Amino acid sequence: MTAALIFEQVLNGLQFGLTLFLMAAGLTLVFGVMGLINLAHGSLYMVGAFCCAWITQQTGSFWLGLGGGVLGAAAAGALIEMLVIRRLYDRDHLDQVLATFALILIFSEGTRMVFGSMPLYLNIPAALGGTMALPGVEAYPVYRLFIILAALAVAMLLYLLISKTRLGMRIRAGESDREMIAALGVDIKTLYTIVFALGAAIAGLSGALVGALRSVQVGMGEPVLILAFVVIVIGGIGSIKGALIGSILIGLVDTLGRIFIPVILKFFMENASANSIGAALSSMLIYLMMAGILAVKPKGLFNATN
Amino acid sequence: MQRTDTAPKPVSMPKLSRETIVNIAVMAILLALPLWASSIGEDYYVNLASLITIFAIAGVGLNFAIGQGGMVSFGHAAFFGIGGYTTGIAAFHSFEETLFVAMPFAISGTNQMLIIWIVAMVICGIAALAIGAISLRTEGVYFIMITLAFAQMIYYFAISWPTYGGEDGLSIYLRNQLPMVDAESALTFFLVCFILLLGAIFVSARLSGSRFGAALGTARMNETRLATSGIDPFPIKLTGFVISAMITGLAGALFAELNGFVGPSMLSWHRSGEIMVFVILGGVGRLYGPVIGAALFVLLETYIGEWTQHWQLLLGLALLGVVLFARGGVMGMIAGRARHD
Repeated sequence: MTAALIFEQVLNGLQFGLTLFLMAAGLTLVFGVMGLINLAHGSLYMVGAFCCAWITQQTGSFWLGLGGGVLGAAAAGALIEMLVIRRLYDRDHLDQVLATFALILIFSEGTRMVFGSMPLYLNIPAALGGTMALPGVEAYPVYRLFIILAALAVAMLLYLLISKTRLGMRIRAGESDREMIAALGVDIKTLYTIVFALGAAIAGLSGALVGALRSVQVGMGEPVLILAFVVIVIGGIGSIKGALIGSILIGLVDTLGRIFIPVILKFFMENASANSIGAALSSMLIYLMMAGILAVKPKGLFNATN
Repeated sequence: MQRTDTAPKPVSMPKLSRETIVNIAVMAILLALPLWASSIGEDYYVNLASLITIFAIAGVGLNFAIGQGGMVSFGHAAFFGIGGYTTGIAAFHSFEETLFVAMPFAISGTNQMLIIWIVAMVICGIAALAIGAISLRTEGVYFIMITLAFAQMIYYFAISWPTYGGEDGLSIYLRNQLPMVDAESALTFFLVCFILLLGAIFVSARLSGSRFGAALGTARMNETRLATSGIDPFPIKLTGFVISAMITGLAGALFAELNGFVGPSMLSWHRSGEIMVFVILGGVGRLYGPVIGAALFVLLETYIGEWTQHWQLLLGLALLGVVLFARGGVMGMIAGRARHD
């Protein structure tokens, strides 16, 4: 157990956490502005990954694919917002959960009809394929660093968009009082569609980026979706700052837990049981952490609607 | 007593509401079809009816939490799965003739369903007490997500715990036994499930009509009002959540018996969604709604599944249609709005 290994795992945890942030940002934005709980967010992540993989296969260019993934997810988001989601804003959470659960079924089965059940493979672009030396780490994959930087850039852009632009001002106004900004003449319907499509685009970006690390397949969005829920519950629903901190926390705790819990347990017990108990414990760790945080702060760490 | 009319009054049937008629019809069909199928030797359809009945019990459990208590739990698969795993683990140790716990006192496996049911419900109750105690501190969308996250926690625990099959699950080689009847027979097992469904509905109805049920209903509508009348909402809701989980856990135990298998898929969040679908398809808060919901779900899955492998697409569209355009579910469409709304 060296310092280099720990540093490498911290980077991995950061990368995992920041891809979670890209999911959680859209979820928390949509909840904060429209009060909607959207289970189909994971489907938009999947749409982004599939668009990216397909366009990359057709054109040979990962960058075109990445753009296509973002646009495809945004378009799918705008479409379902106008067809379905729009009717759910006034409903209770139960109806929202069920309708978006239905959307997951439709998206998953629709994707399976188009692309089949076999996973697609998306290669890391050649320019980002190698490894590079970092202080203490001899060879760290460049692509993972790229994901970290891209996600941080998105977080920065999102911050600027929301705090410095007219659109961001309207989004913030929509969060605090939607009737009032409608009365002030802002086209609230279009605003909602834009916010939803924005969240979808970020989810699609996340799917496309992660798709090159893992396989692109139906159902890939659901584990990420649930982790993103844990993130926004910990961070406080509606708070983008909370989502950023929550996702980095989850990414680090999950990644480091999986590496270090079995190691620590080996001091107390034999290897075989340390491995199995360690695996069970580390897969539950983030949920235990969530339970602990909520037992103390039932509305998350940074509640926006306080 | 003065009577002016000499002719005896005709004895009239009590006026049944349309919902009651629907309830009686649904239960009669659910009972009659497997009896008929069994008489012509089609055990496949008897098992299909058992599946509907078991899903309906799970739905009755969740419906008590959602319809009566307003607690939208998106994690009831946890209790369904815990019930199933209790059955699987008890049968595993009984089959292998090993001890479940050796220290500090010996607990062996068992193949007696009655014992397994009680143990399954008690374990589900304890799990629900722990999950509910934390989750009920929150409300609304937080509650939905926390129950979901707890169910995921148990799901990942089951996957990564190798003793009981891990990702592959656990087979139950011999169906567990009941005193006096032959539980191996498809029809007998269906009848057992049917009686338990009636029992679950009865318990749910009696509780809803009791003082406790009234308090729980008030907690759903207005917690402050309940608190000002001198009743602390938290223990009331926690009790409701525990009872709901125990009913769903019983369904899980039966599901494991029916399939002869338990696996992590019983705990997956898709299962939580499905149990919720039974409740909402039938109509939230309707006593017999989950029976209709479960029946529709299983029939859709079976018959559209035969016709096209993409049945989930149609299920999704049907579900979307019900949520967007048929508020109150199927029962709401047939029998009008619920009385208590």
